[in-house]
Amino acid sequence: MTDLQPIPDDWTYAPAPESREIVTLQPRYGHFVGGEWLEPSETYETLAPRDEEPLAVVGQATEEDVDRAVGAARDAFANGWSTLPGSERAKYLFRIARILQERAREFAVLESLNGGKPIKESRDVDLPLAAAHFFYYAGWADKLEYAFPNRQPRAVGVAGQIIPWNFPLLMLSWKIAPALACGNTVVLKPAETTPLTALLFCDVLRQAELPPGVVNIVTGDGRTGAALVEHDGVDKIAFTGSTDVGKAIQRRLAGTGKKLTLELGGKAANVVFDDCALDQAVEGIVNGIYFNQGHVCCAGSRLFVQESIYEPLVEKLKQRLTTLRVGDPLDKNTDVGAINSRMQLEKIEELVASGREEGADIYQPPCRLPEKGYWFAPTVFTNVAQSYRIAQEEIFGPVLSVLTFRTPEEAVEKANNTPYGLSAGVWTEKGSRILWMAQRLRAGVVWANTFNRFDPTSPFGGYKESGFGREGGLHGLEPYLEFDA
Amino acid sequence: MAQAPALPSGFELPLESRLPRIGSIDAVALEERAASLAKRSIKRDAKVWALELAIRTTDLTTLEGSDTPGKVAALSSKAIRPDPSDPTIPSVAAVCVYPNLIQTAKQRLRGTGIKVAAVATGFPSGQYPTPIKVADVRSAVELGADEIDMVIDRGAFLSGRYAKVYDEVVQVKEACGDAHLKVILETGELGTYDNVRRATLLAIAGGADFVKTSTGKINPAATLPVALCMLEAVRDVYDQTGRRVGFKAAGGIRQSKQAIQHLVLVHETLGPDWLTPDLYRLGASSLLNDILMQLRKQKTGVYQGADYFTLD
Repeated sequence: MTDLQPIPDDWTYAPAPESREIVTLQPRYGHFVGGEWLEPSETYETLAPRDEEPLAVVGQATEEDVDRAVGAARDAFANGWSTLPGSERAKYLFRIARILQERAREFAVLESLNGGKPIKESRDVDLPLAAAHFFYYAGWADKLEYAFPNRQPRAVGVAGQIIPWNFPLLMLSWKIAPALACGNTVVLKPAETTPLTALLFCDVLRQAELPPGVVNIVTGDGRTGAALVEHDGVDKIAFTGSTDVGKAIQRRLAGTGKKLTLELGGKAANVVFDDCALDQAVEGIVNGIYFNQGHVCCAGSRLFVQESIYEPLVEKLKQRLTTLRVGDPLDKNTDVGAINSRMQLEKIEELVASGREEGADIYQPPCRLPEKGYWFAPTVFTNVAQSYRIAQEEIFGPVLSVLTFRTPEEAVEKANNTPYGLSAGVWTEKGSRILWMAQRLRAGVVWANTFNRFDPTSPFGGYKESGFGREGGLHGLEPYLEFDA
Repeated sequence: MAQAPALPSGFELPLESRLPRIGSIDAVALEERAASLAKRSIKRDAKVWALELAIRTTDLTTLEGSDTPGKVAALSSKAIRPDPSDPTIPSVAAVCVYPNLIQTAKQRLRGTGIKVAAVATGFPSGQYPTPIKVADVRSAVELGADEIDMVIDRGAFLSGRYAKVYDEVVQVKEACGDAHLKVILETGELGTYDNVRRATLLAIAGGADFVKTSTGKINPAATLPVALCMLEAVRDVYDQTGRRVGFKAAGGIRQSKQAIQHLVLVHETLGPDWLTPDLYRLGASSLLNDILMQLRKQKTGVYQGADYFTLD
C-alpha cells in the first residue's frame, strides 16, 4: 500500500507536468543547408524562459553562412523543384503534415520548453494548426491554375523568411507551406530566442525525404536577418515581427525589385456591447489578451466596453483573472506561462510602469510567480485614456487596457484611432451590428463573439502599420507567385 | 401566496410572458469553455480529494417503477457505508427515491445524518394540475422527506407561460416548509442555453434552494456546458444579492472522470465555497462504484474487478 499525502482542506491541483523525456535535444546545432548540417562559426546559447536553463548551443549565421544557404536554395530551385509537377510537391507537403501530427507531442513539449507557452496551447493550438497549414496548402499545389485562372502563375524563386518567437513552429508552417506549394525554395530564419522547433523540423524534412536545399534553416539574431534581406539571390522576403524592423526591411528593399510581405504589430480593439453574452465575452477577453502571455500580434489589448455594462463586466473580468493559473509551461493545468525573454519582460515592465505613472488603475490577481525565469502576472488597467502609452503602443504581454464608449459610432472611431490595424473583436448578440461594425473597423481580421481564432483557409494580415500582404487561404498563395498574364 | 425572494438586480423577473434582461448565452463559447475546463489534469492527492468529495456530495438515487422496500433498504445501507472494506470512505449526502419509498429510506438512515430526498410534482413529466403537484409535495414532506426534487412544467415554459412556472415553484416552496427544495429544469428538453439560463433564474427567483439539471430520464442530461451555464447564473445571483443557491448535476454521470470534471467546473466558476454537500450535489447511481474502484486504485496501486464492489 502506497502512502497517501494528507488530504488538504482546499482543493489544490497536484502538479501535472508533461514529461520532457519525449524530446531528445542535441547539445549543439548548426545551420541546415542543402540537407546537411553546416558547422557554425559563431554560436550562442538558447534558454528555457521558465528557469533560464540552457537547452542547447545554436549557430549565429554569418553573411557567409547565409550566402551558402541562399546558394543551396537557388540550386534546388533550378535543379528540379520549380519544375516538379504540383501533384508531386503536394505529396511532400502532405507527408510533412502527417509527420507533424505523428510527432505532435514531441514538438509541443519542445515549443513550451524553448518558448515558455503553456503546454495546453502548444498541444491544442500550435501543433494542430501547423499541421493543418501543411495539409491545406498541399491541396493547392496542383491547383494553382484554377486558383488564378488565365494568369499563368509560376514560382517566384527563393523566398527569404524571417519569423517571430511567439508561435515559432506555427509561423514556420505559415511561411513554408504556401512557399513550397507554389514551387519556391526557402531560406528561413527562426527567431533568436526560439530556434529549437525549427531545428527539430529539419528532422521532419529529412523524414519526408524533401529534396536537399528546398528548405534551408539558418539561426541567429537580427544580423542574420539583415544578411538574408540584403542577399541578391533572394527574390522575395516574408517577415513577421515588429513594426520597427518591418519598416527597416521595407527601406532596404526599396528599388531592389524583391517582393515583400510584412505582418507586423497590432493594438487590437475588442469592442463589447451591452447586449453581449456577458460570461462568454469575459472568456473571449481573457483569451484575447492572456492567450500565449499576450505575445500575440493580434491580441485584443484595447478593451472597449459600453459604459452601461462597464462595472459588472470589469468585476467579472477581475474575478475570472483570479482563476488563471500562472506557472510552469509544461504543467497541463497552466493557463499562462513564462514571458519569452528577459528583453521582452523588461519591455512589458517599462510600459506597465508608464501606465501607473500616467494615472491608470492597475489590477493584478494574487498569484505566486516562480523566482527563476521570466514572469509577469496577468494585468488589467482601468481608467485608461486614449492618450496613454499603454493604449497606444504594442505591449506584447499579458496587459489589458480597458476603455469605455457610449455609442457604436464612438466605438468605431476609438477602435480605429491607432496606427495599427491587424485585428478587432466585436461582442454583441445583434447580427446586424456585427456586420455594421465589420464594415467600419479598419482591421485585417474582425472576429465576432470570438477572438484569436485561426484557420488555414482564412486570410490573415494587416492595415496601416500592421503590414501588408495576406497569409492563409487562397490569398496566401499570391505573394509566392509571379503571373505571366 | 408566498412572497417571492429577493431578485438579483439586473435580472428583472416579472410575472409576464417575457423576461427581459436575463442576458444571453453564446453557445459556441460556452461549450468551448466547458471543454477547456474538462481538460484539467487532476492527479494523485488532488484526485483522491475530489473523489471523496464526490462521494460526500452524492445523492444516491433509484427512481424506477420496479423499486421495492428491499431495493431501497439495500441502497440506504450502501449510502451509509459505500465500501464495507474501507471505513475511511465517507457516507453519501442523501438517498433519492420516489415518495412511496421515503419511509423505508428514512428508517434505514435514522441517526446517520444522511438526508432523504424525494422526487415530487408529478416527476418526471410535471404534466399534472398544480394542486395535485402541491399535494404531492405536502404528502412527501409529511412522509418525512428532508429534501424535495421538483420538476418545472416544461410545457408551460416552452410555450412562454413563465408566470405559471414561477407560480408553481413559489407554491411548492411554500408546501416544502423546512424541507429543502431542488428545482429540476430538465435541460435536455429546454433546447437552448438561453432557455437554461432563463429557467435557472426563474427557479431561483421562485425560491429554489438548489437548481438541478435533469431527471435522469431524458438524454442529454447533465452535460458540462449545461452545468456551466447554470453555475454562471448561480454566480450572478450570488454576486448581485449575496444569496447562495446550490447546484445539483444529475443524469448521465457514470464515471469518476466525469464527476471530477463537474467538480472542476464548480471549483473554477463558484470557487471552493461551493464544494460542500450544502451547496453541491451529484445525482447518481452507478457512479458510486466507479469512484470506489478509483479510490482503491489510488490507495493500493492496482485496479480491482467489479466483483469486489457491492451491487445494491
